[in-house]
Amino acid sequence: MRITSQEILETIKMVELEHFDIRTVTMGISLRDCVRPTTNGLCEAIYNKIVTKAANLVHIAGELEKEYGIPIINKRISVTPIALLADSLDEDNLTEVAKTLDKAAKEVGVNFIGGFSALVQKGITKGDKRLVDSIPEALAATERVCASVNVASSRAGINMDAVAVMGQIIKQTAQFTADQDGLGCAKLVVFCNIPEDNPFMAGALHGIGEAETVINIGVSGPGVVRDAICNIPHKDFGTLAETIKRTAFKITRAGELIGREAAKRLGVEFGIVDLSLAPTPEVGDSVAEILEAMGIERCGGPGTTAALALLNDAVKKGGAMASCYVGGLSGAFIPVSEDAGMVRAVREKVLSLAKLEAMTSVCSVGLDMIALPGNTTASSIAGLIADEMSIGVINKKTTAVRVIPVPNKKAGDFVEFGGLLGNSPILDILEVSCQSFVERGGRIPAPLQSLIN
Amino acid sequence: MTDWQKDVLTEALKEETINPKIIVSVLGKDRVGIIAEITAVIANLGGNIIDINQTIFRELFSMNMVIDISQTKEPFLQFKAQLEQKGQELGLMVMAQREDVFTKMHRV
Repeated sequence: MRITSQEILETIKMVELEHFDIRTVTMGISLRDCVRPTTNGLCEAIYNKIVTKAANLVHIAGELEKEYGIPIINKRISVTPIALLADSLDEDNLTEVAKTLDKAAKEVGVNFIGGFSALVQKGITKGDKRLVDSIPEALAATERVCASVNVASSRAGINMDAVAVMGQIIKQTAQFTADQDGLGCAKLVVFCNIPEDNPFMAGALHGIGEAETVINIGVSGPGVVRDAICNIPHKDFGTLAETIKRTAFKITRAGELIGREAAKRLGVEFGIVDLSLAPTPEVGDSVAEILEAMGIERCGGPGTTAALALLNDAVKKGGAMASCYVGGLSGAFIPVSEDAGMVRAVREKVLSLAKLEAMTSVCSVGLDMIALPGNTTASSIAGLIADEMSIGVINKKTTAVRVIPVPNKKAGDFVEFGGLLGNSPILDILEVSCQSFVERGGRIPAPLQSLIN
Repeated sequence: MTDWQKDVLTEALKEETINPKIIVSVLGKDRVGIIAEITAVIANLGGNIIDINQTIFRELFSMNMVIDISQTKEPFLQFKAQLEQKGQELGLMVMAQREDVFTKMHRV
């Protein structure tokens, strides 16, 4: 059956009025064949490989955007976790490697490159330590490089030594970029159960089980879901879930189509569609507003966690029907500064750090883009990370922490990160010490996989 | 179904899969002559209109066309650019997109 005029107009409305877009086309590139004994050799190999593999990425994404009439907002690259290439290097500081990634990203025209990363959920090798220690300087010296560190998994438990270190690294990163309100921390994520095929920044990396080169797609469309829900104000929860599923299906289908075509034209494998609802600071592109459209007066009030759980699950169900290969983070993101509705809820003192933590037990990622007072201690940040990691470990889900202790600012002050990273009031964090807990050291054991309650 | 009918059906279905179409949507304030102006451009570019649907919502003119561009003189992106430029000249919103984006999104 030919497509109807109503369906054509609906698609145009989704793009023109409701901010539907392909949020990112991310090329995953393996750097495993770039290992060299010297930093210079490693950097040369990395640069050459990235600019060769991704030479046509931006051009082809531009072509597809025009042919299909759906905007592709970001073109990005993820690479093999750099720590894996660093064990046999002749020096400890990996800032030069980060600068090389930055240079390659600029050369091919992508706005972020992820993979300045280490996987340390069980223990830390020489290469991992070099990477983690280099993060503050590397993020201050580069513009487009994103770092991530996986410190916990449901099979390994939580590496509390790494959690404690990351508390300090986040503090140092904020200090190194103090003139930009700690912006470096917006490019640093601490993970539990990190996905190996996530196309979204700042947590993207090209996992060790991945192919040589791959195209992963991140779709988005909080505005489309919000408008669909606004059309059914008094319907029951079954209808609500069904409406979200249908909308997620359409969004994901478009992502899959464009992803497959991009992979074909670039001559690489198609990986996955990540069917996440990723907000932007623009009005009408907010996940908080979806929850409010469901009937919660303000995001953060009673009922918020239930509404988010329903949303997250329905998005996954609709998306999974639309694509054979769903992966990445897939669900609803709740990055505070990037979501105008979340920012409003924080400003009105409805949404607190404690409620956000509860919401992360049912959303797709975690405590994301949260501005904290500059005097928050490293051990308090480590405690926050440990809490979030334990939600992930026990519930077998991905969780993450991306917090910014903004230098010289206190709770209630305002910070502007700019662009897609948005702005936010500084949230309040309880000044109750957990230093003795964090300093115990060692690992929190992996949980039982049965007796679940 | 006769053999001839079966042949026509089989050919038509094959044609659909090997020869993707584009959809041109036109939106704007209604006035006399819009269809004539837009279809003249399409004909000049060598596009073959195989389906057309046009309606007026209050004062809003809305038209959707399915077009075969396999015989056009220029590649799709240039065809699209010329058509959209003509739309701007005429004060209309004209969009040309590959048909498969609609079928993927709206058909299971």
